[in-house]
Amino acid sequence: MELLLDSLFNGVAIGSVLLVAALGLAIVFGLMGVINLAHGELMMLGAYTTYVTQLIFKLPILKPFYNSYIIVSIFLAFIVSGVVGILLEKTIIRKLYGSPLETLLATWGVSLILQQFVRSVPLAYGTGLIISLLIGLFLPTSFPSKIKESINFKYFKFSSWIFAALTGVLTGSVISSSVSKLSRASARNVDVTAPSWMRGQVEIIGTAFPKTRLMIIVITLISVIAITLFLNQSAWGMRIRAVTQNRQMSDCLGISTEKVDIITFGIGSGLAGVAGVAVSLLGSVGPNVGGNYIVGCFMVVVLGGVGNLLGTVLASFGIGIMTDLIGAGRLLSIWPDMPLPLSNTINFFATTSMARVMIFALIVIFLQFKPTGLFPQKGRMVEN
Amino acid sequence: MSLSKIKFDKKIVLSFWIILIALIIAAPTILPVFRLNLLGRYLSLSIVALGVDLIWGYTGLLSLGQGIFFALGGYCAAMYLQITSSSEFPNNIPEFFALYGVEKLPFFWEPFRSPVFTFFAIWIIPAVVAGLIGFLVFRNRIKGVYFSILTQASLLVFFNFFNGQQKLINGTNGLKTDVTQLFGQMVGSESMQRIFFWVTAILVIAAWFFAKWVVKGRFGNILIGIRDDEPRVRFTGYNPVIFKTIIFSIAGGLAGISGALYTVQSGIVSPQFMTVPFSIEMVIWVAVGGRGTLLGAILGAVFINYAKSLVSEALPASWMFIQGGLFILVVTALPEGVLGWIQGNGPRNLLQRLGLKRKIETYPSLEVENKEGNK
Repeated sequence: MELLLDSLFNGVAIGSVLLVAALGLAIVFGLMGVINLAHGELMMLGAYTTYVTQLIFKLPILKPFYNSYIIVSIFLAFIVSGVVGILLEKTIIRKLYGSPLETLLATWGVSLILQQFVRSVPLAYGTGLIISLLIGLFLPTSFPSKIKESINFKYFKFSSWIFAALTGVLTGSVISSSVSKLSRASARNVDVTAPSWMRGQVEIIGTAFPKTRLMIIVITLISVIAITLFLNQSAWGMRIRAVTQNRQMSDCLGISTEKVDIITFGIGSGLAGVAGVAVSLLGSVGPNVGGNYIVGCFMVVVLGGVGNLLGTVLASFGIGIMTDLIGAGRLLSIWPDMPLPLSNTINFFATTSMARVMIFALIVIFLQFKPTGLFPQKGRMVEN
Repeated sequence: MSLSKIKFDKKIVLSFWIILIALIIAAPTILPVFRLNLLGRYLSLSIVALGVDLIWGYTGLLSLGQGIFFALGGYCAAMYLQITSSSEFPNNIPEFFALYGVEKLPFFWEPFRSPVFTFFAIWIIPAVVAGLIGFLVFRNRIKGVYFSILTQASLLVFFNFFNGQQKLINGTNGLKTDVTQLFGQMVGSESMQRIFFWVTAILVIAAWFFAKWVVKGRFGNILIGIRDDEPRVRFTGYNPVIFKTIIFSIAGGLAGISGALYTVQSGIVSPQFMTVPFSIEMVIWVAVGGRGTLLGAILGAVFINYAKSLVSEALPASWMFIQGGLFILVVTALPEGVLGWIQGNGPRNLLQRLGLKRKIETYPSLEVENKEGNK
């Protein structure tokens, strides 16, 4: 019993990381058919945001609130990755709708640039750049409509970008002068230390669970609930669902698909940022941190089917539990006296990397029976 | 219109041949061994690029897992070389086995004692593996990005497998070939490297003719049909699964040959050949050179890799930016690649836009026909 509970918990813990990472990907892929290979790098940005937030909260002014930095960083990571995602959509992805393979290559290019960016630009100035992007993108939209409709709006827009650039440079230099760790570029991995209330373990029914793992499960749970509520209860959520089901028809009915695309991509990228916070709690943060998760996320999306969050949830927990069962060789401890050839096989696959081999084989077998995943979208088209 | 295009093509082809033959003849004497070796490696990479062009440029299947077949070919060659030069080591098995306490050769190494078997294994094993993966995926009409994702995942699976199995194939360290013997000579020696360069150059040309033969005629037409409108091909009575499987396994075989040549010239095969970035890089060679143009694939592979080594020597950090920029640029601004752009109306349009050339008045119908022809 205890063994099973342990195994289940580990599986859920692995699965929840996968889920929070795959959630954004599933939404973006489900809605726009866009494969975002830069998703892992958006996660990386989220993880670095956590690191930067942590260091900033060590400054004397914010020191009393240090323990709450992780909560703040969740929101900040959402915003940072979301802004970068929106920028990505506005500049590159928009041009490539309808050609998913091209998008795939372009987003791979973006991911290379982002990786090299965090290696060769000091994080302080990176933060400044993000802040100026944030202001530049959102200040013009917050003007009163009187100004927006005036002929000289482009000058307003222009001056707000200048203001944004100045603020960015200012923040960048302030941060780099006050936090020495952020003032130099470095390709080395950095570590995020969890605040004191998140260290240690909790005992539930006689088994000890690490608190960081529980925190990740909580983050995942909140993200899933929030995104479900958003999609099902809000007006924009309804528009997003409408566009997912039938883009042309929604367009005809007056939904601005362009805005829907931006919002969806922003939210999907923002969720990648939240996933980045979760990932930063598990290990050290480096330029390649996203790459370790991206293929797993894609497997979740393929297995779960497009356009249904329940599929994504089930698929990620399924993969998580299977990874734990196979990778830790738990089947052997659950059933100690199984016949020799079988136990040898299980031992052969009882490493993390071999578990991946096995899981992939299982997914391919599964796809032989259900090629479009757990919950496929139903339709009568030959193909879409 | 069409007449001038044919002439243009001929000119390109002719100049290509002259440059190529001159290069092959002159390279070993002009270039220092280091550069010669690099050029040989890049030429061998152009064979895998040809395969990528066949499946992506002609059939529309974007595989992100060509590294699997590339590495399999490399491993086949390396296993043969290791096993034939293992006579002085304990138990007559390659040296690394002793590190892990293995005394008996794993069974799948045995056939690689035979050079004939290895010669065939280098291209047949990758082709069969590709055919199997392809068949399982295509049978279910999985395509587009799903196909790309699945190939990427299988790449990761193979990487994990080869990376983790120290006792079978030396895991993450890979198999070294440069200190092994082939026909009584050291593989890493200068004279051998020169021979490998010639072999590579000849094989690239052979692969090019082979690929040309594949895309010519009805088979090639069906491939292009699958790329442009697969349901229509199916409704016409062809089974796309068969054609896709065949072309995917051909590309796998080409990748295997390429991997073997690359391995003997770089001196080592390791799971690093199966990393995700390397396989995506192969796609960008084709994309920049011009997908759907076989020559473009070859030139793209050679020039981008050459540029990579030059840039990395001068400014190591900037290559990632350049490469990332290339990916974005080539899909947004130059979707047909450089060669496709030249073969199309690219240069003329550019000159017109710069005002250097007068816009030619054409009949609207010709214009439309031309646009469709370039698709």
